[in-house]
Amino acid sequence: MPNILEVHNLAKNYGDFTAVKGISFDIKEGEIFSLLGPNGAGKTTTISMLSTLYTPTSGDAIIAGHSITKDPMAVKQVIGVVPQEIALYEDLTARENLIFWGQMYGLSGRSLHSRVDVVLEQIGLADKAKKRVKTYSGGMKRRVNIGVGLLHKPRLLFMDEPTVGIDPQSRRAILDTVKDLNKQGMTVLYTTHYMEEAQELSDRVGIIDHGELIALGTQDELTRQVGQTDTLILHIGENEDANALAASLKGIKDVLEANATNHEVSIITPQAENILAAVVSKANERGIKIHSIDIREPNLEAVFLHLTGRALRD
Amino acid sequence: MRKLLLIGLKDLTLMFRDRAALTFMLLAPFLLTIGMGFVTGRFSGNSSGISDIPVVIVNLDQGELGNALEDVFFSEDLADLLEPTASDSPEAARQLIDSDQASAAVIIPEGFTRSIIPAQGTMFSPNAVAPQAVQIEVYANPSRPTGAGIVKAIVDEFVSRVEEGRVSGMTSILGLLQSGLLNPQNAESEARALFKNVEETESTAITLKTDKEGAAATEFDLLAYFAPGMALMFLMFTVSYGGRSILAERAQGTLPRLMISPTHTAQVLGGKVLGIFFMGVAQVGILILASTVFFQVKWGDPLGIIVLILAAVFGAAGWGMLITALARTPAQVASTGSAVMLIFGILGGSFINLEVMPSFIRLISNITPNKWGLDGFTTLALGGTLKNLTEPVTALLIMGAVLFGVAVLIFNRSGIMQK
Ligand SMILES: Nc1ncnc2c1ncn2[C@@H]1O[C@H](COP(=O)(O)OP(=O)(O)OP(=O)(O)O)[C@@H](O)[C@H]1O
Ligand SMILES: [Mg+2]
Repeated sequence: MPNILEVHNLAKNYGDFTAVKGISFDIKEGEIFSLLGPNGAGKTTTISMLSTLYTPTSGDAIIAGHSITKDPMAVKQVIGVVPQEIALYEDLTARENLIFWGQMYGLSGRSLHSRVDVVLEQIGLADKAKKRVKTYSGGMKRRVNIGVGLLHKPRLLFMDEPTVGIDPQSRRAILDTVKDLNKQGMTVLYTTHYMEEAQELSDRVGIIDHGELIALGTQDELTRQVGQTDTLILHIGENEDANALAASLKGIKDVLEANATNHEVSIITPQAENILAAVVSKANERGIKIHSIDIREPNLEAVFLHLTGRALRD
Repeated sequence: MRKLLLIGLKDLTLMFRDRAALTFMLLAPFLLTIGMGFVTGRFSGNSSGISDIPVVIVNLDQGELGNALEDVFFSEDLADLLEPTASDSPEAARQLIDSDQASAAVIIPEGFTRSIIPAQGTMFSPNAVAPQAVQIEVYANPSRPTGAGIVKAIVDEFVSRVEEGRVSGMTSILGLLQSGLLNPQNAESEARALFKNVEETESTAITLKTDKEGAAATEFDLLAYFAPGMALMFLMFTVSYGGRSILAERAQGTLPRLMISPTHTAQVLGGKVLGIFFMGVAQVGILILASTVFFQVKWGDPLGIIVLILAAVFGAAGWGMLITALARTPAQVASTGSAVMLIFGILGGSFINLEVMPSFIRLISNITPNKWGLDGFTTLALGGTLKNLTEPVTALLIMGAVLFGVAVLIFNRSGIMQK
């Protein structure tokens, strides 16, 4: 499959702060590519440059053969964008919003209206399309926000954290929509800080942190970097000293890494069962009460932890 | 071009769905106009415009000019506006006013005509005394200011025409005499012919402005001043509301979304400006229509009105764009816009007629679209047409163009998307 997107050393400064530090990656036509990273990693900044909203400080990207810096108008025609923040006219209905945005993408007449009908069906709002957006729930707004990005059937769709702050049902619906769209042939660049979403959706994942792409590949390739390890997560009380516990756990045999975040200590080990008893007794020694323990198979979370020493979410 | 229009229409739709904004744009100026109307006595008496003002005419003169004035008051053209009665006695007439049975009495004193047109043979005789002007008295009823005001205005108008005729008649005849083109024998008949002329133009002059029922109201109706004054003041609210929507769209993410769509920046900005323009025109148009329907305000030449609305909205929109370009947040635009609205409202004569203001305020008032707009609307209400609007329309267009230019420069420097 040819590349629909090629990013070359893309960088962005805000004043003297560098938000994106020269990243490079490709996306193949037809795949779902996830950009996974914590808050402030530079995901939105990257999407903003790729969608021609911000001019890169340096570097370039080629989308369907067009440079984002030299031929932004051609790029705009190819891409659809679902911004992280809901960008709709609250006093217009869902249908009116879709019609207006369709017009901005050059659609008109009957083809516009039939396209709007299709999209309303797709986002599951056909029966509520005549209500003003301001009367919608957060999840419904998110779906309209996505619908706007689909109207002109873009070859490449950018979705910037499209599931932030919504209920599990709406999230499920959105993830299914993304998969459907991809089946119909749309290439998707999906950003998220939820490891599970990247894991469920993506063919390939780029992990971004502090404006740098620290890992890139298929999920298998990435988890192999961590080796065959398990992740053990201890949930402890609020007033307990997680850092001290993590430090003392590092002394146990077979504990490869132990890191503390608030009320949590995550441990990486080749085999979780082997260290469980030792971990619990160490905690008892220090008088720390463990509320619960999770054991996780190798995953992207572990990769992030391995690479940065921090959990993806704090 | 199509996208420009679509963006503008979208903004117009949003305006009509914003109840709070509509209250400010339409209801507030409408109510304030009514308020002004009550304060100024516009609604005392008949609510459907002014008509049947009782007036007593006492003609003691019985010369040509006195009769001409009496004819004006009894003319068919003013029949709806006035309800004149004739009386022989000034005392009886004053009595009627004092007992509130009429709005005003017009007392034309004996010798009024003679004081202006001397008797045969006396005019240019060497020992002629300069004729002493005899004053017409308007005895007004203080509890009926509007009616009395109208009567007084009709008399003033008549007298000033006579004065004009007298001065120009005198000087031109003196000029002719001096240059030897006219001999004193002919001079007198010549003068009579001239004054005859005055009488005739006199009655037509007033007739011209009083075409229909309540029509003298065209000239004297204070609402024809306050209605556009309020409309223009709240037009400043609308343009800053429109400007604010640019910053609001930036904050709510729809402006970036527009920029991401295959739409040029110029189209986006142009569309927003067109939106402001649409909103302003809709607002002023609706207010004018409403005051025509509800208060019978006569605005004058429709073509002139349309051109003036377009020019005034353009000039005001320039201010809206400048405020927007200078502000950082929608809230700043809103607060600055409201302040500018009030200041311009006062400076521009929306509350107090500029003629009573000190000269430096009148000078500053030239920067307000209110002043020029109000000039134009007053001209039209007084019977002027599009041809008489050159000055205010030019001023408004220049104002708009200059302000837009400055706003675009500022936007270019800071970037429409940058914070
Ligand atoms: N307009 C701006 N001016 C200055 N700094 C900015 C601006 N936008 C973003 N930043 C900074 O750049 C960094 C990257 O921000 P960005 O929004 O790209 O992160 P993100 O990965 O999308 O985060 P999130 O998951 O919270 O959306 C952050 O440190 C942020 O504070
Ligand atoms: Mg973001």
